[in-house]
Amino acid sequence: MDVILLDFWISVFGVRVRIALAEKGVEYEYREEDLQNKSPLLLEMNPVNKKIPVLIHKGKPVCESNIIVQYIDETWHDKSPSLLPSDPYLRAQARFWADFVDKKIYESAKKIWTAKGEDLEAAKKEYMDLLKVLEGQLGEKPYLVGESFGFADIAMIPFSSWFYALNQIGNMKIEEECPKLAAWVERCMKRESVSKTLPDPHKFHELLMMRLNK
Amino acid sequence: MADEVKLYGFEESPFVCRVKIAMNLKGIKYDFVVENLSNKSADLIRYNPIYKKVPVLVHNGNPISESLVILEYIDDVWREVPILPHDAYGKAQARFWAKFIYDKCSPALMKAIGSRGQKQAVAEANEQLRFLENELNVKGTVFFGGDNINLVDISATFIAFWLGAAEEASGIKLLTEDKFPKLVEWGDNYINCQAVKDSLPPRELVLSFFKKLFGKA
Repeated sequence: MDVILLDFWISVFGVRVRIALAEKGVEYEYREEDLQNKSPLLLEMNPVNKKIPVLIHKGKPVCESNIIVQYIDETWHDKSPSLLPSDPYLRAQARFWADFVDKKIYESAKKIWTAKGEDLEAAKKEYMDLLKVLEGQLGEKPYLVGESFGFADIAMIPFSSWFYALNQIGNMKIEEECPKLAAWVERCMKRESVSKTLPDPHKFHELLMMRLNK
Repeated sequence: MADEVKLYGFEESPFVCRVKIAMNLKGIKYDFVVENLSNKSADLIRYNPIYKKVPVLVHNGNPISESLVILEYIDDVWREVPILPHDAYGKAQARFWAKFIYDKCSPALMKAIGSRGQKQAVAEANEQLRFLENELNVKGTVFFGGDNINLVDISATFIAFWLGAAEEASGIKLLTEDKFPKLVEWGDNYINCQAVKDSLPPRELVLSFFKKLFGKA
C-alpha cells in the first residue's frame, strides 16, 4: 500500500489526518500503535518525537498532524475539495487558527482533567474563553475560515469529541454557552469524513475516567 | 497600486527578526513600527487581539500574526527567492524542522540556560541540538535549505545569534564546536548572509537583554 498511517484510535491528532484522507478519498492502510510499546517502524519513521500520527507515503514519513494535513492537500491537489483556501490571506488565516488550536485549545482542555478546586475553576474559565474566541471567529460564517470546510475546521473538529467529557467532569455546558460552535460541530458532522472518524464522545469519557481513576 | 507593508515589532525579538530576514531576502519594502510590550499600541491590540504579541505583519491593511504563519504568507505572496521547497514532501520536512525548533529545541535551550546549567536540562538541550546536527550531516549542505537559506534556517535564527548572547550573559555554553561542529559552522555562515546581516539587531542590545534577564545587568 502506497499510504500507511501509524495512529492511535482515539488520538485527536490522528483523527485530523483520517478526516483529510477521507475528504480526498485516499486509500490507505491504518496501523494501530500501542503507545506503551511503540513499534520499531514508528521509532524509525519519527525518531525526533516518537509520536503518532505518522503518514508514510511511498516509504517516506511525514509527521505532525497539521503538517500531514497540508501534505495531503498538496499531494492530492487534483482531488477536491481543496483543504486550504487558494487566497494567500485566507490561507494564512487557516494556518493561524489551526495553530491556535494546537497552542491553546489542547493545552487548556488537558488542565481540566487534572485540576482541582480553584485551579479547576481557573482552567474552566480559560477553556471557555478560548471557545468563545472560536465562537467569535465563526460569527455568521458556516466554517472557521471562509465559506468551505477546511484546514482550520479539520484542526478543531476532533476536539469536539471531548465536549461531553468536559461537560461531565468540569460541570460545564459548552453547547449552551457556545451555540455557534455547537451548530458548527453539527454542520461538520454531516460530512462522512467527520462522522465516520470522530471517536464516540461517550467512549472517550469512559476511557478518560478509567485513566484518571487509575 | 503600491503594496503597503508594515511590520510591528521590537528589535530584540528573534521572532520579529525572522520576518525581517524573509522580507530583506525577497527585497520587500516595509515600514517598521516599534512596539513597546509594556505599553502596547492600540493598533497592535486591534491587529492581534488573540495574542497581543509581535511580530504582526500588516499587508494592505490585512494583519497576519505568528511568525511561522507570517513567513508562509510572505512566501505565498512574494514568489521570488522562495523559502520553501516546491514539492509537497520538501515542504513537509521544512515545516517539521521549523516546528521542532520552536516547540522543542529553543525552549530546551532556554531552560538549560535559565536553570544555570542544571544537568538534566543541559542533557535535554544537547539532545535537541543533536537532532539538528544530524540533519545537517545527513543533508551535507551548508544550510538547512541547501545552498541557500530557507524557512528552517530562518526559524533557527535564535540559535545562530541569540543563543551566543544568552550563553555569554549566563556563562553556560551549549553550542560548542567540539560537540556540534556542523551547527556551529552553519551559524557562522548563516549570520554572514546579507539578508540576515541586514536584519539582525546590534549584539550589544541582545546581550544587555539577557544580562537583565539573568540578573547580571
